[in-house]
Amino acid sequence: MDHQSGEGVNIHEFQAKELLRAEGVPIPPGDVATTAEQAEAIARKIGGMVVVKAQVHTGGRGKAGGVKLAKTASEAGQIAGKILGMQINGLTVHQVLVTAAADIASEAYVGIILDRASRKPVFMVSPAGGIDIEEVAAKTPEKIMKLPIDTRYGLQPYQASELGFFLFPDDVKKVRAASKIMMSLYQAFMKHDASLAEINPLVVTPAGEVLALDAKISIDDNALDRHPDLVKLRDETAEEPSEVDARNSSLTFIKLDGNVGCVVNGAGLAMATMDLVKYYGGEPANFLDIGGSSNPEKVVNALRIITGDPSVKVILFNIFGGITRTDDVANGIVTATKANPLRIPIVIRLTGTNEEIAMKILKDNGFSASSDMDEAVQQAVALATKGGKAA
Amino acid sequence: MSIFIDRNSTVIVQGITGRDGSFHTKQMIEYGTRIVGGVTPGKGGQKFDGSVPVFNTVHEAVKATGANTSVIYVPPMYAADAIMEAADAGIAFIVAITEGVPVNDMTRVHPFVKEKGARLLGPNCPGLITPGQSKVGIIPGRICTPGSIGVVSRSGTLTYEVVYQLTRAGMGQSTCVGIGGDPINGTSFIDCLAAFEADPHTSAVAMMGEIGGTDEQEAAEFVRTRMKKPVVGFIAGQTAPPGRRMGHAGAIISGSAGTAAEKLESFEQAGMGIARRPIEFVEQLRARM
Repeated sequence: MDHQSGEGVNIHEFQAKELLRAEGVPIPPGDVATTAEQAEAIARKIGGMVVVKAQVHTGGRGKAGGVKLAKTASEAGQIAGKILGMQINGLTVHQVLVTAAADIASEAYVGIILDRASRKPVFMVSPAGGIDIEEVAAKTPEKIMKLPIDTRYGLQPYQASELGFFLFPDDVKKVRAASKIMMSLYQAFMKHDASLAEINPLVVTPAGEVLALDAKISIDDNALDRHPDLVKLRDETAEEPSEVDARNSSLTFIKLDGNVGCVVNGAGLAMATMDLVKYYGGEPANFLDIGGSSNPEKVVNALRIITGDPSVKVILFNIFGGITRTDDVANGIVTATKANPLRIPIVIRLTGTNEEIAMKILKDNGFSASSDMDEAVQQAVALATKGGKAA
Repeated sequence: MSIFIDRNSTVIVQGITGRDGSFHTKQMIEYGTRIVGGVTPGKGGQKFDGSVPVFNTVHEAVKATGANTSVIYVPPMYAADAIMEAADAGIAFIVAITEGVPVNDMTRVHPFVKEKGARLLGPNCPGLITPGQSKVGIIPGRICTPGSIGVVSRSGTLTYEVVYQLTRAGMGQSTCVGIGGDPINGTSFIDCLAAFEADPHTSAVAMMGEIGGTDEQEAAEFVRTRMKKPVVGFIAGQTAPPGRRMGHAGAIISGSAGTAAEKLESFEQAGMGIARRPIEFVEQLRARM
């Protein structure tokens, strides 16, 4: 499956390979470089043909020219010099993996994804490897074997063997090697609380060796508290700076392309607010959930992040106070705008817990507020499209 | 009358002395919920708020109080254990409010709970409320009013928004259930729809889904084949970009699967009413009742 960023913490290929190597998965030797000189030195140490691979959190690296074969160490250096700094799907390449090239007789796919329907991790394996597994699933589902795993018992050897025989129906030696790799992949998936772990391709060399040539692992962010070692693997240079800032301020923020900046409490209401902006003819500039707790500081941080985006023409607050106290939000708005006066209009919708107090705080400080969601959204969209004055 | 909880539900609170647990226990007692005990290991023998007995374990609490329902406010890394403890102690209905429970923990918990014959709601959910009778969780009581609309949702504040609009329009609710925003949760839309269909006091259902997964599509199929009562649906995240997790762990379009358009299409095919905006629930439900 083509899982992109956002599903969990994505780690780079070389990091995923290190985690798998530690569990015993056979992987060709290699190391990561940030300069052409380093790449050349790594290639010299490996000896023979190498592959230079861009380390960015996006698919289609090969098509974009981010994966290249080099015959000699000096060629590896030259190629690395070209790939480093390259843009792939809007992301700059800061690191390359230099790894030994393997001769390939056949390619397979082996992955574990979390399946919502069966509420279990599910093994997916296919002898049609090296390509997009979602495409295989859509066009030739008979080429995929799926096996849900009961995590109370884990992957059993007989199950790994069944998966292995699906890949190599008539070669017990390869089945044994592949089964061992699947046991190791499952260990890594559980040990690191992954939401996705895949080897694509798993290759067989002409000599009959079974190797992992590429690997991808995403970590469940809910589990990061018990994996301080994995938090360090997060590459913030590969992310949108405003999103990193938001995360460090305990806000959930996703930048979008519109001009109506949204500040909402709760993920469902935040999505519904974006949708309503669109419904009334506007474009949301972001998803932002300030969460459930009552903390004026979060509002201050939210405003800082949103006003940092020059395309935002109006700020829209939509707060339904349950656990969130609306007077805390009102205080946050007043504090933030006193410290940094707004240059763009703000539309505020507040209702729920301590609404009367909140309305009074806002009124005393020169803000007006509505208690109706549709009314507030329409007003915000009008201001964004006409570039109107502050409410 | 209601689904899952009513005025006779006897409830214990796991994590009763914590910050969230104590705040919401007071709110639940004020609403009229029969809170019969609480659990905090090491604080057994104390009284919460001068009257609610605190126990060290769920087994002790159940033995002493006969509670049939538990609500969980413990931190995420301990939530899976708390759910299993409740199921093992014979609690029939477990409501896990905790947000941020590691998903792999839930893959172990789910079959365990099932084998014990218990029902789990959540985690990462606001709980549920049967207006005028009992609330278990964090849904604000004053926005609800008794009536015949069943409400089920994957969200918290969006549920409040819709319930508030219904109440303002004079449309009371039988039970409002938040099933939670995680990819793996205990109670699905279908479980709630089946319960509402069987509940003689529910006349129609308002269902709020969101992007990600196929729970809404399966629910639509259930509505089409198994329900006589009218259902009106809404999907949050029509403007969400693919591949990004929209706050809830489960709210993500993977590749081309789990989009709002695909879910709304399934609602249409099932003959359900569609609310394009939260406010449209009022007219859509009214037209079908």
